[in-house]
Amino acid sequence: MSNVLVLVDHTDGQVRKTTAELLTIARRLGDPVAVFVGDGVQDALPALGQYGATKVVALTNPELTQFLVAPKAEALQQVAAKVEPAAILISSNAEGKEIAARLAVKLESGLITDAVDVQEGAVTTQSVFAGNYTVQAKVTHGTPIITVKPNAATPEAAETSPEVEEFDVTISDAAKTARITDSKPREATGRPELTEAAIIVSGGRGTGGDFGPVEAFADSLGAAVGASRAAVDSGWYPHAYQVGQTGKTVSPQLYVAAGISGAIQHRAGMQTSKTIVAVNKDEEAPIFELVDFGVVGDLHKVLPAATEEVIKRKS
Amino acid sequence: MKIVVCAKFVPDATADRRFRPEDNTVDRAGVDGLLSELDEYAVETALTVKEAAGDPGDTVVTVLTVGPEQAADAVKKGLQMGADAGVHVLDDAIHGSDAVATSLILAKALAKLEADLVVFGMGSTDGSMGVVPAMVSERLGLPAVTLGSDVTVDGQTVRIRRDGDTASDTIEGTLPLVLSVSDQANEPRYPSFKGIMAAKKKPVETWSLADLELSADQVGGSAAWTEVVEVTARPPRTAGTIVTDDDSGPAGSGAHQLVEFLSTNKFL
Ligand SMILES: Cc1cc2nc3c(=O)[nH]c(=O)nc-3n(C[C@H](O)[C@H](O)[C@H](O)COP(=O)(O)OP(=O)(O)OC[C@H]3O[C@@H](n4cnc5c(N)ncnc54)[C@H](O)[C@@H]3O)c2cc1C
Repeated sequence: MSNVLVLVDHTDGQVRKTTAELLTIARRLGDPVAVFVGDGVQDALPALGQYGATKVVALTNPELTQFLVAPKAEALQQVAAKVEPAAILISSNAEGKEIAARLAVKLESGLITDAVDVQEGAVTTQSVFAGNYTVQAKVTHGTPIITVKPNAATPEAAETSPEVEEFDVTISDAAKTARITDSKPREATGRPELTEAAIIVSGGRGTGGDFGPVEAFADSLGAAVGASRAAVDSGWYPHAYQVGQTGKTVSPQLYVAAGISGAIQHRAGMQTSKTIVAVNKDEEAPIFELVDFGVVGDLHKVLPAATEEVIKRKS
Repeated sequence: MKIVVCAKFVPDATADRRFRPEDNTVDRAGVDGLLSELDEYAVETALTVKEAAGDPGDTVVTVLTVGPEQAADAVKKGLQMGADAGVHVLDDAIHGSDAVATSLILAKALAKLEADLVVFGMGSTDGSMGVVPAMVSERLGLPAVTLGSDVTVDGQTVRIRRDGDTASDTIEGTLPLVLSVSDQANEPRYPSFKGIMAAKKKPVETWSLADLELSADQVGGSAAWTEVVEVTARPPRTAGTIVTDDDSGPAGSGAHQLVEFLSTNKFL
């Protein structure tokens, strides 16, 4: 079978769930070959093997992580020249998309971004125009390069014991230009990662700036917290948690919108959620057109009462 | 310094956006369009950089767009906001171009304009792939600092703050370079009456593919490296249950019914 390259998404060898999803998808297209950039490949090995990586290509050249994406794209080009993959799968985040973009130009290959599904023959599914349309597409030239969104597949284990192959890459001076000079890690919240969470509770302008009830309800459900742009622009919640066109696109099992009107740009980020619930005091709010269940009421009363009841039922 | 803002004409997000049934491309002619709102942040960044320059008269801000006839509106909006000049790459053969082909056209035009600083928005409001800045940077061999939420130009150094998923990073590059800015970067100005009048006299050039030494077979639908196989309108969501919260005790309360719903659907 042909090889399918999967770029591993990790922090110091801690493999993210999206990589398990990519490996699961890669198995539909061929034999997954994981490309691991940076330190910690030995820590990552069990997770990569669990989801069926047949081989792990390790790239440890320090220049790969000192500069912005360009060196990684060069490295992948060199790996691709050797492996001649049938497809290349990369996580659909800011860095992943830029690596994929550069790679598409280098390899003269078609690029599809933001796939929510990839099936045999590398036919992708994407959700476009604020989730109002579903598009199926495929690459017709070169090596299909596909960036895949979180939650595009349920990770399925397929135990292998992959070998690690160190691969030496050469990075051109032209790629060593944009440099990260400082990095302030975001404070950990202890809540699930927004794009990966099964449940999300989001707050909007209707919170009036108090996210306490939103966070408490989220915690009772083990959920991640999101926010509308109005809440972010008001400085009530960090931009990293914004859901929507210019924030994160999420597709959880359950999305709860509290004090959010449901503007098209917000819908763009959450419309494909499996189940949608809203709490809004305005019965005319457009968010109610989307919901499976809606409560017309004051979130400052409804959420604390619901939180209390959830905690009671769970204990 | 020559600053060029790459601006896209897009179907209005609040209108009924659709695909052309004959070739599954985005209908850019049959629906109202406008300058992609996310590119307004790029125009604003360019204008701020110009205003902050020692001698603003030495800096020229050009708005560059690739698109059909009506895309001239995107250029016009940029000029009304305060850009100095416009370039519209217009050619029938361009219709159906994918991101890779678009990046080729932009790169050729940017080289012809001898841009020192190329500014993009974070993505278009229609295709929203967000990959064109990286592709253009790759083609021009220029550094790219992308998704800036705060931008400073200090001599030859461009520094941005990028608020990522796990960290807030400071990223630096040296001119000439490609920059993209997020919608957190600034508050785009509205065109003033003076700006609207002045825009009418600003120079706008229209270039064809031939002007960029490109041929029709390098761009457009036939040169696209991806193909849309099928387009399906998302079925409308089936109407849900809406209850009104009242104070008539647990049975009637919105919270109680909400938790019942969550429990029935196994979210607890
Ligand atoms: C280019 C562009 C990109 C954008 N990107 C995004 C994006 O990524 N994400 C995003 O969210 N928006 C985005 N927007 C903004 C979007 O258009 C809306 O302005 C925004 O989503 C509104 O946020 P909101 O629903 O919280 O506020 P509002 O629209 O003001 O709605 C507040 C809601 O809260 C309700 N409410 C008030 N008080 C209470 C209460 N006590 N209890 C219950 N309900 C209450 C009100 O009835 C109302 O429905 C974008 C806009 C543009 C132009």
